[in-house]
Amino acid sequence: MTELLLGTKKGLFVLEGEPGHGFEITARAFAGEPVDYAMRDRRSGRLLATMTSPFYGPKIFHTDDPSGEWQQAEGVALPEGGDQALERIWVMVAGEADGVVYAGGDPGVLFESSDGGQGWSINEGLWSQPSRPDWQPGGGGLCLHSIAPWPGDPTRLAVAISAAGMWLTEDGGRSWRRGNQGLNPRYLPEEALQDESAGRCVHHVERSPSQPERLFMQFHGGVYRSDDAGQSWVDVGAGLPSDFGFPLMVDPAEPDSAYVIPLVADMDRVTPEGRVRVYATRDGGASWAPTGDGLPSQDAYLTVLRQAFDRVGQGPELELYFGATSGEVFGSPDGGESWSTVASRLPPVFSVTASP
Amino acid sequence: MALVSLRGPLRKLAGGTPQLELEGLTVIELLRGLEARHPEITGWILDERGRVRRHINVYVNGERGVEETPVGGGDRVEVLPAITGGSA
Repeated sequence: MTELLLGTKKGLFVLEGEPGHGFEITARAFAGEPVDYAMRDRRSGRLLATMTSPFYGPKIFHTDDPSGEWQQAEGVALPEGGDQALERIWVMVAGEADGVVYAGGDPGVLFESSDGGQGWSINEGLWSQPSRPDWQPGGGGLCLHSIAPWPGDPTRLAVAISAAGMWLTEDGGRSWRRGNQGLNPRYLPEEALQDESAGRCVHHVERSPSQPERLFMQFHGGVYRSDDAGQSWVDVGAGLPSDFGFPLMVDPAEPDSAYVIPLVADMDRVTPEGRVRVYATRDGGASWAPTGDGLPSQDAYLTVLRQAFDRVGQGPELELYFGATSGEVFGSPDGGESWSTVASRLPPVFSVTASP
Repeated sequence: MALVSLRGPLRKLAGGTPQLELEGLTVIELLRGLEARHPEITGWILDERGRVRRHINVYVNGERGVEETPVGGGDRVEVLPAITGGSA
């Protein structure tokens, strides 16, 4: 049995099913409200969801039963009295230390919880970066959207901010340094490339759990790989129909394997040629091959957002799931070899997370 | 004391009472008093900057108010979600 948590424009949907054999909706929460992201912490079983009410601002909620009462988490706010307000929570990720959960949001902010998501505090090291006044937001805001813990080492963490680039810590978040070497923002004039504060529009980053110094990145034009824990990057986007996109996933068992869902370009954010295809690499990005058996192959101009792609399992049992703003969700029980429609006619899908 | 009315989830967060009597000389003082009495509502009306959220309207005796709008004893203050906040 696999569980999918779908954050949508009109609430949280919980789906359960067997991969390849259909899923059913088992619960819905926050009806009518935009749920940006939801996750189940596999250590505790607790569900966490982040909802940005257009009226009342961003909040994190938690529950042990998605059909029951949700409790609002405490501490999800910027320091009072400043000139900024929290705009949105984009992502939540379980940390390596017991009970630790991270949340990333706009404006370029990292929160940490040490009690499984009930109480949160801001990461001061990142918040007080001297260069922060020069950080430029991307089209979706100054969003901290990717958080990559280091398996087995709670002191090491990588985060990505659009468009303030990669930030790395090796002391549990007390100090941070940039990790943008090798990135080529084609949207900047050449003279501006030396300016580290100039926009580095990272769209998504995933770390290989079995080889933690390896990360893959979907950039705003470019797909990159790092083999030195995010310090430097090489472009591995050749062979894709487009190197623009948002979602990215890795196979935990295979550090050479990664998956992207290209979109045409920044000015046309739909699947190329009216076909929905997930591109896979088995050689660290040296080559890419389309997968799409069972996915819409004509007249399909879908948009898949950055958090709407997830996995469960690994290796031969790797299941992949992604959702689109069309309200469709697709799944593969075999690492992309075959696909089927998991759900349709849902509200626009903002996020997908899967758990066994 | 001003009479403060809340709707929707705000009313629930403030204990479910349709109308609260609160003390304060301005809208912001009233809303801070509301947060002190019902901490669960903190962050729902005012953001971290101490401003009324963009898509919430505050009316004082039927007229649109802002944070600094003066409030007197017996004044009616309504806190409402704006029609601008939602979209399809």
